[in-house]
Amino acid sequence: MTGKNCVAIAADRRFGIQAQTIGHEFQRIYGMSDHLYIGFSGLATDVTTVSNKLKFRLNMYMLRENREMKPETFMSLVSSLLYEKRFGPYFVEPVIAGLDKNAKPFVGSLDLIGCPMITEDFVVSGTASEQLYGMCESLWEPDLEADDLFESISQALLNAVDRDCVSGWGGIVYVIEKDKVTEKILKARMD
Amino acid sequence: MAAELKKAIYPENATIGLPTQHRFDPYTLNGGTIVGVAGDNFAILAGDTRLSEGFMIHSRDTSKIYKLTEKTFLGTCGFQGDVLTLTRLLNARLTMYEFEHRKKMSSTAISQMLSTVLYYRRFFPYYTFNILAGIDTDGKGCIYSYDAVGNYEKHTYHASGTASSMLQPLLDNQVGYLNQEGVRRVPLTIDKARTLIKDVFISATERDMYTGDSLHIVTITSDGVTEDHFPLRRD
Repeated sequence: MTGKNCVAIAADRRFGIQAQTIGHEFQRIYGMSDHLYIGFSGLATDVTTVSNKLKFRLNMYMLRENREMKPETFMSLVSSLLYEKRFGPYFVEPVIAGLDKNAKPFVGSLDLIGCPMITEDFVVSGTASEQLYGMCESLWEPDLEADDLFESISQALLNAVDRDCVSGWGGIVYVIEKDKVTEKILKARMD
Repeated sequence: MAAELKKAIYPENATIGLPTQHRFDPYTLNGGTIVGVAGDNFAILAGDTRLSEGFMIHSRDTSKIYKLTEKTFLGTCGFQGDVLTLTRLLNARLTMYEFEHRKKMSSTAISQMLSTVLYYRRFFPYYTFNILAGIDTDGKGCIYSYDAVGNYEKHTYHASGTASSMLQPLLDNQVGYLNQEGVRRVPLTIDKARTLIKDVFISATERDMYTGDSLHIVTITSDGVTEDHFPLRRD
């Protein structure tokens, strides 16, 4: 979700196989660099694999170029990585949130074969995506300050996952600003 | 086998070795969304007026809200054919009740009857999703929601139809105060409920193809009924 010179990304913390919950401290959001975060919904093993491969490719880029990667560029990187496996894809739907060097917010999402989508407002992904669309469409407004953005994204996440039986078990929110990133763990109903 | 004999046994176009299959497809999904909200002394029932099938819009002005009695309204969506049959059947049953008992049926009685009517067709259901709104015998607003086979529950707020999954979490948050702490829970007013319903429908219309055109809002109080129309996106 975008704000005024800030951007936020949030996810639930459930790790489950169909109806069975295995764990409730699953980390599906990864900090790739200072102002660049990526979250995945989908198959947990692919979440780990894809995030590791991305971290490797991003580090190689930053070592070679000696500079940070732009969010748009990172999205192309994710897209090409996923499209390499066009006919045997990784079962993940990534969401990217980041700030560019002028603190302009960026959000975008991809499907499992790397088709990118960049928006001005918010992107959603996963089993509770319909519920999230309903919440975000009502709670989001342009130019939210960091505190308000945190409140909006948290309420959107919590109320959406409560209406999805395979999401929830706590939440995690990152609010990314130019000079700091705030990580907050949300307590939620555990059922 | 002689060619002529083969032709006699198997007709020209029949798939050899497979039984002929027939399909019976009695249902379509005509889309649409309804919402009901109940307060202390009122009940609001709202639904969009789009009637669609796949990528086709049949009508932009077909209400999903049906009047059953002076203080009981039914919101229903799903398969329009079953919607029409069901509302006709209910009206017939209500008229019969009125003639036999010389009084109108109460909202609570209608809520039980609707469940029975739906479950009567347990193995060939009416493909309809219903919300019943009315004023109960104590003058309080009440909302009942149903699945296609008559399972029902009394609520203070509920959304059904194609965009229900988008509307329900926001109603949980704004009407049910879920996931809110340290907030004073003020009783819901008619104006706030109506504004909220408009807001959630505007949001749903942005994302759901099957919801849109205009919003039909019926407000029921013990003093009477008011009806409003509110334009929505038409694309």
